[in-house]
Amino acid sequence: MPLTISILTGTNVSIYRQIVEQVCAAALAGRIQDDEALPSVRTLAEELVVNPNTVARAYSELAREGVIESRPGRGMFVSRRRQIYSGAERRRRMEQAVTSLVAEGFMLGYTPADIVELVEARTRERPSTTSSKPPNKGGAR
Amino acid sequence: MSSLPTTYDPVQDPPRDAVIETRGLTAYFGDKCVVDQLSLRVPRGSVFAFLGRNGSGKTTTIRMLLGLLPPTRGASAVLGCDSRALTPAVLARVGYMSESHSLFDWMTVRQSGEFASRFYPRWQQRIFDSIVGHFRLSPGSKAGRLSRGERAGLSLAITLAPQPELLILDDPALGLDPVARRSLLESMIYVTRGAERTIFFSSHLLDDVERVADHVAVLDRSVLRASGSIETIRAGVRQFVLRFDTPHAPPALPPIRGLLHARQLEHEVRLVIAAPDDDTQRVIRSLGASAVDEVPVSFADAMIGYLGDRGQQGFFLDDAVFEPAGGAT
Repeated sequence: MPLTISILTGTNVSIYRQIVEQVCAAALAGRIQDDEALPSVRTLAEELVVNPNTVARAYSELAREGVIESRPGRGMFVSRRRQIYSGAERRRRMEQAVTSLVAEGFMLGYTPADIVELVEARTRERPSTTSSKPPNKGGAR
Repeated sequence: MSSLPTTYDPVQDPPRDAVIETRGLTAYFGDKCVVDQLSLRVPRGSVFAFLGRNGSGKTTTIRMLLGLLPPTRGASAVLGCDSRALTPAVLARVGYMSESHSLFDWMTVRQSGEFASRFYPRWQQRIFDSIVGHFRLSPGSKAGRLSRGERAGLSLAITLAPQPELLILDDPALGLDPVARRSLLESMIYVTRGAERTIFFSSHLLDDVERVADHVAVLDRSVLRASGSIETIRAGVRQFVLRFDTPHAPPALPPIRGLLHARQLEHEVRLVIAAPDDDTQRVIRSLGASAVDEVPVSFADAMIGYLGDRGQQGFFLDDAVFEPAGGAT
């Protein structure tokens, strides 16, 4: 399935951030293949009807975070080593996801034990393919 | 400070030269000040949105830029040339589309293009045809019988075909339906294929501005209130929600520096503030709220904060208010 990005205006999330997050999500979910080039800045800008500088800035942030890498003469690709987030950011994102998961669970009337059980079941369904290194503290760069 | 960007970052790279620069530009109509000491810098290659409510002085500013109206005080330069002495050679590098889309109603779409093409040595018929096609105009229609959106399409085609280096569009989206609006945005993005091209446009459509612009300036009742890259402006405007427990009504607000908008609900006060600093935070904490949360603010809300009535006058936000963002640490 090709990379599809949808942009919403008038939300709390900037367009630049929306692109970064959706490319990240697609890379993590394996929706972009290793040998598949990302659309060029120009192509994506015209497709999404957004300023090319915004796309360039998103790509440059993704490259800095190690999600994508430039292969000279061939364009931008998803990095082979999926070292997507560094220590603090990785932790922050995980906590954000857990917070919303737990809040949703409580709102729907689940007990803590129910929530843990569901999470365990889900993690067994999809065994981790990448080695789960503990986040290295402080090494933000 | 020591971060070395490995890829091109348009936001952090040093600013390029200015294609429009104004210094203390001021216009009076009689004793009414319409534009008050405007100092603006539009970097080359930017898509620059010029925002402000009706009557805030946008069109007057544009007319002064193009030398159509002499300023009362101050000066402006376009492509490095003083606005009061723009030569035909310089004007040929500027594409200007006025609010009213000046067209000859008795000419057909095709004739309008042929007529305009004779004034411009760099006229590209291919560009004219593709914009006309993009707006689905038939070449044989008379300009006088076109709808508002079609007129905008034809004006845009005439403005873009000479491949101007600087495009000045005065409210190009005015009165356009959603389809024509989208065609306009697509055309604007298309223009930026030429990396050195600059678009300076005024608009009221904040969602469109958020999409296509990388710089904004906000004019409020003749005074420039904010100017800078869209990310800077966005990062600079923050929203705080203060909650108050039942018996305590929210107190009267003390003066808060940079306050753009305050909204008082029953047990809650929402403050939209430009560039809050430690001092601001101290004032907010002193209000005795039971909880203070920062809530992200959308681009449109940030701009409405600037354009709305309840804001505090006299606060200016620009790129210099903030330290350059030192990467994602």
